Amino acid sequence: MSDGGHFLFLIALLPFIGALVPGLMIRAGRTACATFTAVPTALALVMLLILAPDVMQGEVIEAEVSWLPQLGLSVSFFLDGLGLLFAGMILGVGLLITLYARFYLSGDDPMGQFYTYLLLFQGAMLGIVISDNILLLLIFWELTSLSSFLLIGYWKHLPEGRQGARMALTVTGAGGLAMIGGMLILGNIVGSYNLTDILQAGDEIRASEWYLPALILILLGAFTKSAQFPFHFWLPHAMAAPTPVSAYLHSATMVKAGVFLMARMWPVLSGTDAWFYIVATIGLITMVLGAVIALFKDDLKALLAFSTVSHLGFLTMLLGFGTQAAAVAAVFHIINHLTFKAALFMTAGIVDHETHTRDIKRLGGLRHLMPVTFLVGTIAALSMAGMPLFNGFLSKEMMLEEASHTDWLNNPLVVPILATIGSLFSAAYSYRFIVHVFLGPKRNDYPHTPHDPPFGMWAAPALLVTMVIVIGVAPFLAEGLVTAAASAVTGADLHPHLKIWHGVTPALWMSVIAIGGGAVLLAMHAPLDRAWIRAPRPEAKVIFDRLVGAIVAMTRGLTELTHTGAISRYLAIFTVASVALGWIAFSGSGLSAPTRGLLPIPPVVAVGWVMLIVATALVVVMHHHRFRALVLIGIIGLSVSAGFVYLSAPDLALTQISVETVTIMLLLLALHFLPKVTPKESPLGLKLRDGLIAVTAGGGVGALAYAFLMRDIETISEFHLSNSYEGGGGTNVVNVILVDFRGYDTYGEIIVLGIAGLVIYALMHALLDGPAARRLRNADYSQDRSRDRHPLMMVVVTRVLMPIAVVVGIYIFLRGHNQPGGGFVAGLVVAIALLMQYMASGFAWTQERKKIEYHTLIGLGVVIAGLTGAGAWLAGQPFLTSAFTYVHLPPIEEFELATAMLFDLGVFLTVLGAVMLMLYSLSRIARFAGETVNVDPMDYDPGEHADDDKAGL
Amino acid sequence: MEILVASSVGILTAGGVYLILRLRTFPVILGLALLSYAVNVFLFSSGRLAIDQSPILSKYGETAYTDPLPQALVLTAIVISFGMTAVLVMIGLGAYLEAGDDRINTADTDADRVEDGQA
Repeated sequence: MSDGGHFLFLIALLPFIGALVPGLMIRAGRTACATFTAVPTALALVMLLILAPDVMQGEVIEAEVSWLPQLGLSVSFFLDGLGLLFAGMILGVGLLITLYARFYLSGDDPMGQFYTYLLLFQGAMLGIVISDNILLLLIFWELTSLSSFLLIGYWKHLPEGRQGARMALTVTGAGGLAMIGGMLILGNIVGSYNLTDILQAGDEIRASEWYLPALILILLGAFTKSAQFPFHFWLPHAMAAPTPVSAYLHSATMVKAGVFLMARMWPVLSGTDAWFYIVATIGLITMVLGAVIALFKDDLKALLAFSTVSHLGFLTMLLGFGTQAAAVAAVFHIINHLTFKAALFMTAGIVDHETHTRDIKRLGGLRHLMPVTFLVGTIAALSMAGMPLFNGFLSKEMMLEEASHTDWLNNPLVVPILATIGSLFSAAYSYRFIVHVFLGPKRNDYPHTPHDPPFGMWAAPALLVTMVIVIGVAPFLAEGLVTAAASAVTGADLHPHLKIWHGVTPALWMSVIAIGGGAVLLAMHAPLDRAWIRAPRPEAKVIFDRLVGAIVAMTRGLTELTHTGAISRYLAIFTVASVALGWIAFSGSGLSAPTRGLLPIPPVVAVGWVMLIVATALVVVMHHHRFRALVLIGIIGLSVSAGFVYLSAPDLALTQISVETVTIMLLLLALHFLPKVTPKESPLGLKLRDGLIAVTAGGGVGALAYAFLMRDIETISEFHLSNSYEGGGGTNVVNVILVDFRGYDTYGEIIVLGIAGLVIYALMHALLDGPAARRLRNADYSQDRSRDRHPLMMVVVTRVLMPIAVVVGIYIFLRGHNQPGGGFVAGLVVAIALLMQYMASGFAWTQERKKIEYHTLIGLGVVIAGLTGAGAWLAGQPFLTSAFTYVHLPPIEEFELATAMLFDLGVFLTVLGAVMLMLYSLSRIARFAGETVNVDPMDYDPGEHADDDKAGL
Repeated sequence: MEILVASSVGILTAGGVYLILRLRTFPVILGLALLSYAVNVFLFSSGRLAIDQSPILSKYGETAYTDPLPQALVLTAIVISFGMTAVLVMIGLGAYLEAGDDRINTADTDADRVEDGQA
């Protein structure tokens, strides 16, 4: 990667890093906060300027770090002329906005938040314009929608702000979704998600049958973002944002993202009829419509918002023309629009700030009170009107020139006439901005007496209008940047000449009509305005709200229909649906002939089977008596374990039998607090229905099991069997699979188990803080209490058993790699040994002797397993690769040391910790329920005097 | 032997499904326990049945082994299903203690209101 590439990465990163700063610096005061916000932006801008000369020479700077190359995902950036133009705008205006916002925001506004959002947005926007990978671009695209949502809704107390933010997010987010589809299609056609590759493949894309769907989807994204008709309505509502946001997002940057995308994709997508008729037409409609509406808006910012809509239409139309000259005009107008529109927004913000109103009908005569603001606003507005010697004139002339020789459906007049009308209204509302706000007599009913703001507030717009004049008078100064950007857009080597005087051309006459007609139109504004107010016209917000309301009502209806809160019903539907799907899958293809014979049934196994069947049937019949049902469940568990023993699965048998023990203990503990009897409340019909479902499901599963048990299949187990010893160093293949071949799975599973333990612990705490705690305290559980809760025999036996059980646990753990056993079983065995202590000697006695918290055990287990896995990295191997060696210490037999055992230790600790934490949590509830806690190990201690009546508790 | 295993799976499933369709938490938890057995045995049997062929490699010559992979999968499944049961028990217990009743359906559903009314 070149030095330029490093700079590019830094430029992309700086705003995101910088976003952390304002939140910290706000404590140091508002000016410090603003200053520190400016630092990352300024640094990025300096780096961009260092790169600028090379880019202007036509060089493309690239930087790439591949991330998931298999999916075509890489973090890659590139900077060409177009990217340079936009990045410069984003950073440059960003600096000015930072300064302006410092003075605009009042002391009550949380400024740190504002600057954080602003920098987040800036980073997202920069990401869009310098991304080389379109998937990365999409991520940044969505990020701009999100961060602009935060910025528009910055004044959370204003309902308009919240509604505007939601509307903007809905519209641009929906467009973004469409664009994802379009981009994926493009990537599919080209076979690469890199923009640089896609830009080379224009012919291939245009020839593809997927061209039109891709085009429409991508344009949906661009049109919604750039507020093109019929999606233009969100932009005026987004004006509820603070004015710096409007100036930044809604004039200079975000709304231009759509235009940027169309420019970026211009070499690939343009040049077809579909492109021309969709893009140019929509652009033209938006331009005229926006300009007409803008003239009749009384809110200063709404006027500017619709004017922005109109100018975005202007740019879209130019890109839609598909000619190189039009692309040059578009690029030039992007610069010009930025300068005058951002200045105008800031001017509107100043007027609002000073007079406390933005209603044009309440303003007028401000030139006497705010001369500086007047000067700045007038220059910017005249440029917007397209007055000669200001930069707006130049690009508008170029646009009209292009429009004057564009045929639309073989009609040479439609486009020029409409373009002229658009310019005419544009001139009219620009004049209105000057005349109705600044000119006219001074009034004495302003909500607040205005005067010019401090220098810091008018410095930014003043700088912008200086550029308006400089470019307007000496357009050749902008030629370099326009050349670089336009060449990047078109992919051709262009050398445009920007001149003030083009001679007497049709465009000049159109300009004259617009500038003159605009003045006439403004003179007739009062009667026209009355007619406009009377005329019926569709209100976009009402339509939008109705649409959203209808969708919400529909989904709510659907949810209420399906989601009734009756879990039994969901489960019934789920079971029936699964059985039906299984049936459909099964009935598609017939069964082949069985390839396996039946194994013989010895009498002992038959007895076990009968036990299992009878116990299951009894559970169903007697489930109302909960204790009996639990005993029966225990019988089923034991039968299943015995089955595992017989069917060559010793590890499963060991695990099943120990899990069985803890499960029954857990259910017994829980049953202590639950009703002991289930009421007989199901009507016969329900029982029959459920019985039918159950028999069908059981029959289906049984038949399926029988079907595959009679047939052989290809398995991959040969690999495990043959590699277990050489590769994994163990002869117990099941254990080697757990800790080695599929160690990743096991790692995930112990984490899940640990989380389950913590969830139970957390639930217990939540319960004991709520109404459940009162219920527990008031409940009377004394009738289930034994007279002698800690019998002497049990205490003694469990004490003796404890070391034995722990030794057995260790033995099972150590031999696990080669013989049945391992971390899971060992963890359960030790857990049972500990539980016996709790049961026999009591909670307090055991708790007092516990040296390590169960949470810590879980954490230690996961960390040990994880570190063991990560240790493989040190040896240059992938995660969880195991290593082993054989050690011979003289008195002992040769034994094996494997990293897998360390991993198994992690499994052991996690299982132990999780199981103990679960049961411990339930016992905590018992203590809360007024259960007395014994201090001595036995309630009745024969060593004490007989008159001690602790046993009476 | 195959018939015994397949029928056990079927009957455990049937019992489990019937119990999870009951209206109180405790039978539903029991039903899930039965279903866990059924699923574990089902998965285990997908490695086909074998007697005296434990997947413990023998040092003494060539012997046949059963498929170890389903066993490894089921082993973790047994432990995880314990964790799941424990969480469910805790949630059921919490719901009972908070609401004072262990019905699993919310009261305002019409079908179950009728059923409860008839009880």
